[in-house]
Amino acid sequence: MTLDLRPAPLSLSWTPVCAYTALLPERGACVLVADQQIAIFRDFEGRLYALGNLDPFSGAYVLSRGIVGTREGEPMVASPMHKQAFSLVTGRCLDDPAAAVPTYPIRVADGQVEVSVT
Amino acid sequence: MTRVVVVGYGPTAHRFVETLRGKGFEGSITVLGEEPRPAYDRVALTSYLDGKSLADLTYPEPGDVTVRLSARVAGIDRQARVVTTEDGHSEPYDVLVLATGSSPFVPPVPGHDLPGCFVYRTIDDLDAIRLAAQDATSGIVIGGGLLGLEAADALRGLGLATHVVEMGPWLMPRQIDEGGGVVLRNHVEALGLTVHTKAGVDAIEAGPDGSVARLVKPGGEAVEAQIVVFSAGIRPRDELARQAGLAVGERGGILVDEGMRTDDPAIYAVGECALAGGMVYGLAGPCFTQAEVAVDRILGGTAAFTGADLSTKLKLLGVDVASFGTLDGALDVTFMDPVGGVYKKLFVSDDARTLLGGICVGDAGPYTSLRPLVGRELPASPTELLFAGTGGVNVDLPDDAQVCSCNNVTKGQICEAIAEHSLTDVPGIKACTRAGATCGSCVPLLKQILVSSGVEVSKAMCEHFPHTRAELFDIVRVRGITTFSQLIAEHGTGRGCDVCKPTVASILASLMGGHVLEGERAALQDTNDHFLANIQKNGTYSVVPRVPGGEITPEKLIVIGEVARDFGLYTKITGGQRIDLFGARVEQLPLIWRRLVDAGFESGHAYGKALRTVKSCVGSTWCRYGVQDAVGLAIALELRYRGLRSPHKLKSAVSGCARECAEARSKDFGIIATEQGWNLYVAGNGGFTPRHADLLAGDLPTDELIRVIDRFLMFYVRTADRLQRTSVWLENLDGGLDYLREVVIEDSLGICGDLEAQMDRHVAGYFDEWRATIEDPDKLSRFVSFVNAPGTPDPSISFATERDQIKPVLIPLEVVRS
Ligand code: SRM
Ligand SMILES: Cc1cc2nc3c(=O)[nH]c(=O)nc-3n(C[C@H](O)[C@H](O)[C@H](O)COP(=O)(O)OP(=O)(O)OC[C@H]3O[C@@H](n4cnc5c(N)ncnc54)[C@H](O)[C@@H]3O)c2cc1C
Ligand code: SF4
Ligand code: FES
Repeated sequence: MTLDLRPAPLSLSWTPVCAYTALLPERGACVLVADQQIAIFRDFEGRLYALGNLDPFSGAYVLSRGIVGTREGEPMVASPMHKQAFSLVTGRCLDDPAAAVPTYPIRVADGQVEVSVT
Repeated sequence: MTRVVVVGYGPTAHRFVETLRGKGFEGSITVLGEEPRPAYDRVALTSYLDGKSLADLTYPEPGDVTVRLSARVAGIDRQARVVTTEDGHSEPYDVLVLATGSSPFVPPVPGHDLPGCFVYRTIDDLDAIRLAAQDATSGIVIGGGLLGLEAADALRGLGLATHVVEMGPWLMPRQIDEGGGVVLRNHVEALGLTVHTKAGVDAIEAGPDGSVARLVKPGGEAVEAQIVVFSAGIRPRDELARQAGLAVGERGGILVDEGMRTDDPAIYAVGECALAGGMVYGLAGPCFTQAEVAVDRILGGTAAFTGADLSTKLKLLGVDVASFGTLDGALDVTFMDPVGGVYKKLFVSDDARTLLGGICVGDAGPYTSLRPLVGRELPASPTELLFAGTGGVNVDLPDDAQVCSCNNVTKGQICEAIAEHSLTDVPGIKACTRAGATCGSCVPLLKQILVSSGVEVSKAMCEHFPHTRAELFDIVRVRGITTFSQLIAEHGTGRGCDVCKPTVASILASLMGGHVLEGERAALQDTNDHFLANIQKNGTYSVVPRVPGGEITPEKLIVIGEVARDFGLYTKITGGQRIDLFGARVEQLPLIWRRLVDAGFESGHAYGKALRTVKSCVGSTWCRYGVQDAVGLAIALELRYRGLRSPHKLKSAVSGCARECAEARSKDFGIIATEQGWNLYVAGNGGFTPRHADLLAGDLPTDELIRVIDRFLMFYVRTADRLQRTSVWLENLDGGLDYLREVVIEDSLGICGDLEAQMDRHVAGYFDEWRATIEDPDKLSRFVSFVNAPGTPDPSISFATERDQIKPVLIPLEVVRS
C-alpha cells in the first residue's frame, strides 16, 4: 500500500518515523527528524501530510496537537493555541495569507510512515 | 460660551445632556444631582432586588459634562442667574433646566413616618427595604396601581407574606376596567399575595420596639406587618420652582409651554416635574421626548411637545397587564376566559373601524401588535383580533406607526436603520435607534420587523453544519447518533473543524457519558481535552486536581507540594479555590497523575467545558454568622456535577449566609444559605461581561435544591448555544427568567422528569477520566512529545527562574517568523 500524495524526486532520503497504524485518523503526531520537529497528520481518507510543528503565531511547537478538518474542502489543521487554520496540503495559513509553515514529503512504505527533511 | 445647568440627575436629565452633547452643543454643561450616584434606569429599579447590580442599571457616562453628585439645589437666583446648592456651592447659568422628577405621595395617616415605613423610588429606598426585610415576615404595599404591584412583587421576592391595600374598587383602577381587575386579582392572589380593595387606612401602629407592627383599616380590622411601602401616587417636585416664583399648576407641576419653557425664558422644566399641556407624565417615554424637545429649543429649533402615549404594560411574574390608547369609546368588544385567566377588551369608534384603545390581562398579545395602530383603521374585525390568541395576529404596520413608545421610534425609522446599517439582530436595532432599550416591551415587535424585512439571521454553527448547537443536540438525542462521522455524513458537509468537532464531542459526552478519549471521540477534542490538561503559551500543560468545595486535608496539600517539587512545576493558588501546577510536558502528565491518583486526587476538569469548581465559604461550622453548612453542600454539589460536559464551563459557589463570602452570585449557579434553607441564584458570570445571578427560587430544602439545579443544568446543556455561558443563554432565552422558572419549577414543558433522569444517568456514569487514562496503555501511548522518540523531551521548552519558581522562556516571534 502506498499513500504517497506528491510526486517526490527519487533522490530524497526518507526517515521512517512510526507505524502507519499508530496514527489516529484526523489527528496529528509530532516526530523528531534531524533535530527538526515535524507534525504529521492522517486524514479521514487515510492520506498523510507533514508540516513544520512550529506555530508561527505563538512561537510554540504545537501544530501537531491541533484539530484536523476541512475548510471549504481543503484539509487543514487549526493551531491549538489561537486557532489559526493551516492548509495540510500547502502549509499556507488560511486566515492570514502572509503566514505559512513548511511542508515535507511523507509516504508509507511497508506499513511504516516515512518523512523526508532534505 | 453658553452655560447650561441641569438640576436633578434622573433618567430625563441624563437623556437631556446626552442629546444636547450629541447634537453638537459646544457650551459647558453642569448637572447637579441630589442622589449620591450618577443617573440610573429607574424604570428597571425593581431588577436591582432580583439580581441586577447598580452598575447594570447605571447609564453610560455622558462625555464632557460636569456632574456633581450629592448636590441638592436649595435656591435659584433668577436675577443673578445662579443656583446654589445646600452645601453652599453656587453655579451660574445662562440656561437652567429643571429635571427634578417627582416624589412618592405619602398620605398623612397616623404612623406614616414610623420606622418600617418606606417609599419605592430610589436605590437608597430599595437598600433600606432589603435590609428591613431581613428581620420581617410580612409587608404591606399601600396602593394597587402599576408601581404598587411592582413593589408588592418585590416584597414577595424578598420572602415576605405580602398584602396590597387599594382604595379603589379593583387593582390598577387607573389603567384597567372592572372585568380586567377581576382577572388580575385572581392572578395576583394565585401568586400568594393578599389583596384588599375598597380599603382605606386608618392608622399604622407601632409595636413595643417602636417600629411598624400593623395597619388598621377603617372598620378596625388589622393586618400584621413589619414593613409598609407607600405607593399611592407621585407628586411633582416643584418646590424649587415655587420658591423662585415660577408658575406652577394648581395640583403641582412646573408650568411649561410646548417648547418645555417655564415662564422665565431662561428656565426649562422637563420630565416628571413638568406640567405640560395640563398633564404631568409619569412614564419614561414622554419624559424623554420632553428632554429632546428642550434640547431642540435650546439649539434654536422649533420642536414641540404635544402630548404622548400613556400605554402601560406590566409583567408580574408571568402575568401581563397592559392598557393602551383611550379607555372608552363608542363601542367595546370583550374577550374573557376566566379559566385561562385572560381578559382582553378593545375600544373602537362607533363605525367599528378605528381602533381607540385596549386593555389586556393575562395575554399582552394585543398590546404588542395593536398599540401602534391606535387611531388607525382596524386591520381585521375586533373579534378576530381578540380571538387571535397569544401573540395576537400578525399585522402589517404602516411606516409611521410608533413601535417603541419609550423612545418614540417608528417602524419606518427601524426599517431604515436595518437597511442602512445591515442590522441582523435586536441589539443592533437598540444601538442604532434606541428602540427596545428602555422597558423592553416592544422587543417582540422588533423581532417581527427584522423577520419581515427579510433579514436572514444565520444560525449555522460553522461551514459544516447549518444548525445551532441546540438543534444538533436534539438531532443526536432523537436519532440516537453516536459518532461524529455518522452525524456529519447524514447532516453536514466536509470533515468538520475546530468549531463543530469539540461541540459534537461535548454533546456526545453529555448524552452518552463514557471516556472523552474513547475511539473516534479522541480526535474531536481540543488539545486541552485531548491531553486532559490546559495548554500554556510555551506548549507545556497545567495540572489541576479537583479540590471539592476548596476543602483539603494537610496530607493532600503535602502530596501536591511534593509532586510539584519532584516534577519542578510552578504552583499557584487559583481563583477557583484550588491549586494549579504549571509547566508539565505531555510525557510528564501521566507520571504526575499516577502520583496524584494514588493519593486520592481526581481530575479537576480545568481543561473541559464542564463543571469547574463549586467554591464555598467556611459556613456555619466555623463562622459566627453562618446559618447553613456551606462547605458540606459545596462538596456534595461538586461531587454530583463533576465531569458534566456542557456548552461552556460551569461554575458554582455556596455561601453560608447573606454576607456572601463565596461570591455565589457571580456564578452559573450560586447558592446562599437562609434560615429556612437555600436561595438558588442562576446565570451569574464573572469574566468579560460580569452579571449578577438572578434568584430562581428561595428557601429550598437541600433535596429540592438539588432537583432544581439538576433540571436547570440539563435544560441549559440541551438548549444553549456553543460557548454560551448560562448568563448569555438566559439573556437570550425568550421569556427570560419567568420562562425558565415555568420550565424548571412548574414543569410547563413536561420535561422535568426527563431532565432529572438524564442527570441521574450522568451521576451514575461518572468515573475519573485521569484514573481511566493511566490504566489504559492505548490512551497512554499518546502522551509523548515525539512518536519516534518517546523518551525525548521537547528541546524547544526551557525555563528561567522568577521568585524561586520556574517561568517559561519564550521563543521571540521575530525569530519564529524569520
Ligand atoms: C488558573 C485560573 C487563574 C488563576 O490563577 O487563578 C484561570 C486560568 C484560566 N482561565 Fe479563568 N482561571 C481561573 C479562574 C477564573 C475565574 C474565577 C472563578 O472561577 O471564580 C473567572 C471569572 C468567573 C467566571 O468564569 O465567570 C475566570 C474567567 C475566565 C474566562 C472568562 C469567561 C467569561 O464568561 O467571560 C475565560 C475565557 C473562556 O473561558 O472563554 C477563562 C479562561 C481561562 C484559561 C483556561 C485560558 C486558557 O484557555 O488558557 C486559563 C488557563 C487555566 C490553566 O492553564 O490551568 N477564565 N477564570 C483560575 C482557575 C480556577 C480553577 O481552579 O479552576
Ligand atoms: C419602581 C418604578 C418603576 C417604573 N416603571 C416604569 C415603567 O415600566 N415604564 C415607564 O415608562 N416608567 C416607569 N417608571 C417611571 C419612570 O421611572 C419615571 O418616569 C422617570 O424616572 C422620570 O425621570 P425624571 O428624570 O423626570 O425624574 P426622576 O427619576 O425622579 O429624577 C429626578 C432626579 O432629580 C433629583 N432632584 C430632585 N430635586 C432636586 C434638587 N433640588 N437638586 C438636585 N437634584 C434634585 C432627584 O433626587 C432625582 O434623582 C417607574 C418608576 C418607578 C419608581
Ligand atoms: S458568607 Fe456568611 S457564613 Fe460564609 S464566611 Fe461569609 S459571613 Fe461567614
Ligand atoms: S416601548 Fe419601551 S423600550 Fe420600546
